[in-house]
Amino acid sequence: MAKRTRAKSQIGRGEAAVLLIPSLLPIMVLSVTPLLIGVFLAFTDARLVRNPEYHFIGIDNFIRLGGNSMFWDSFRIGIIWAVSVTVLQLVLAMGLALLLNSGLRLQSLTRVLALIPWAMPPVVVAIMWRMIYSANAGPLNAALGGLGLPSSINWLGDFKTALPAVIVVGVWVGMPQTTVTLLAGLQQIPRDLYEAGALDGAGAGRLFTAVTLPSLRGIIASITSLNFIWNFNSFSLVYVMTEGGPGGETMLPMLFTYLEAFKNRNIGYGAAMGLVLVLIVVTLLAVYLRAQLRGDKEA
Amino acid sequence: MPKRLVRTAQYAGLGLYIVFLGFPLLWLISASVKSSRELNSLTVSLLPSEWHWENYSDALARQGLIGSAGNSLLVAVASTGLVVLISLPAAYVLARIKGAARVVGTGWILVSQVFPVILFILPLFLILRTLHLTDSLVGLTLVHATYTLPFALWMLQGYVAAIPFDLEEASAVDGAPRLATLRHIVFPLLAPGLVATAMFSFVASWNEFFFALVLLQSPDNYTLPITLKMFIGGEGKVALGPLAAGAVLAAVPSIVFFSLMQRKLISGLMSGAVKG
Repeated sequence: MAKRTRAKSQIGRGEAAVLLIPSLLPIMVLSVTPLLIGVFLAFTDARLVRNPEYHFIGIDNFIRLGGNSMFWDSFRIGIIWAVSVTVLQLVLAMGLALLLNSGLRLQSLTRVLALIPWAMPPVVVAIMWRMIYSANAGPLNAALGGLGLPSSINWLGDFKTALPAVIVVGVWVGMPQTTVTLLAGLQQIPRDLYEAGALDGAGAGRLFTAVTLPSLRGIIASITSLNFIWNFNSFSLVYVMTEGGPGGETMLPMLFTYLEAFKNRNIGYGAAMGLVLVLIVVTLLAVYLRAQLRGDKEA
Repeated sequence: MPKRLVRTAQYAGLGLYIVFLGFPLLWLISASVKSSRELNSLTVSLLPSEWHWENYSDALARQGLIGSAGNSLLVAVASTGLVVLISLPAAYVLARIKGAARVVGTGWILVSQVFPVILFILPLFLILRTLHLTDSLVGLTLVHATYTLPFALWMLQGYVAAIPFDLEEASAVDGAPRLATLRHIVFPLLAPGLVATAMFSFVASWNEFFFALVLLQSPDNYTLPITLKMFIGGEGKVALGPLAAGAVLAAVPSIVFFSLMQRKLISGLMSGAVKG
């Protein structure tokens, strides 16, 4: 063991630094530095113009933001979107993972299908679903018509249906990763736990709540946290599908902030929005993960 | 419940999933070979009444599509090369040293997910503008490489960690110089992981939309996703057939790569999930 440790430390500090620098440099210059400047910009009145002049204006942006009802509308939509997509992703992915773990045929076909949404460019996904949702010549309305249901719904153009419609697409895109992760978790659960439970006379439902769910607790907590962050920060999919319309019904916070920063050219104000969103998301996550952790201890 | 009934219900469920996941793609492919007349008609069917393969040549002939595909390819290949080149040594170090650096490395991946790109892109835009790298494929390549790097590093260090250190030790004990050990022992074992990482970087860059949207201004520089978005933008009606064809073409590289590395990705994710 001692020898092993010595061998491991064969990589000297200097050597390690030399090998790490090529990776650290671009991350520092193009990722950490912009982040810090971004935080700073939130306290200025910077605008996206040639030869800009910045003034430090303290927390003015944040005070203004407090009274910006359009921003908070967009925030509310963002929360509805992120929570619905994350929960539906989890439920549907759990169903699929359980099916894929129960020795059915057609498994490999389903696995490939389940991964395709993940590989596709968001723009292509958006174009594809715009065709599915097409009011006049879309297969969705045609199918509803075939069943004798209302068949002229303008899914992405109607105030009532636009948000649910984009949520479905969000679920479609995000299901693969969640399914694969849950499936990996399922395959880690020792068989004898189920056998013992079955001997005690537990049915399938009881086994799921007593064995499966507790075993997957950690994985569920981490994948839902990640999904929530990704969904809340999502931009491309909805931007290409609706550009935030109709009438702002699908105006996710990132779309709103993007428009403020690059169309209205208020980058200081936009940065303040970004910062507020990060703080809220981190707080929500902290509360959620704490509750999960506490549950873990009690369990 | 009788076992038979359970199985039937399971297959019905699986069938629903297959339709939900697979139908949209099938529809896109079907739309890509339909005539405009059929696409705008009220009778909707999955199989086209006539096959219009010329949608594909139309899509390619359309101004800018081939050029943008070329731009996408250039940026994806260059950023992939860059990512592999700079992440390889770092991944090796991360996998072979203990403690803090690993935690910081993986921690950064999570942190970089929390911050929305919008917060990065504002100052990044200003930085790149002073370097005259906005509206430039070089600038976009750098940005893509930087944002793929954390995840690529994480993937690659996992593959390095899977190579038993004893192999390296044995070779060192035999008196082989360190570089020779790396070249003849570590590198061949790492090759599949390297390929997977490269594919991931390629697809990430090829699919990327937001940075390209913000950074690129002149149509000559547009990448494929931006050009496709412009097709459906405010500039009037587009022919749906060629649009679908263009979308299929844009999805092909990522789907091909994905099917090739399917197993690798799943096993990589699985080990990640189990460790996490």
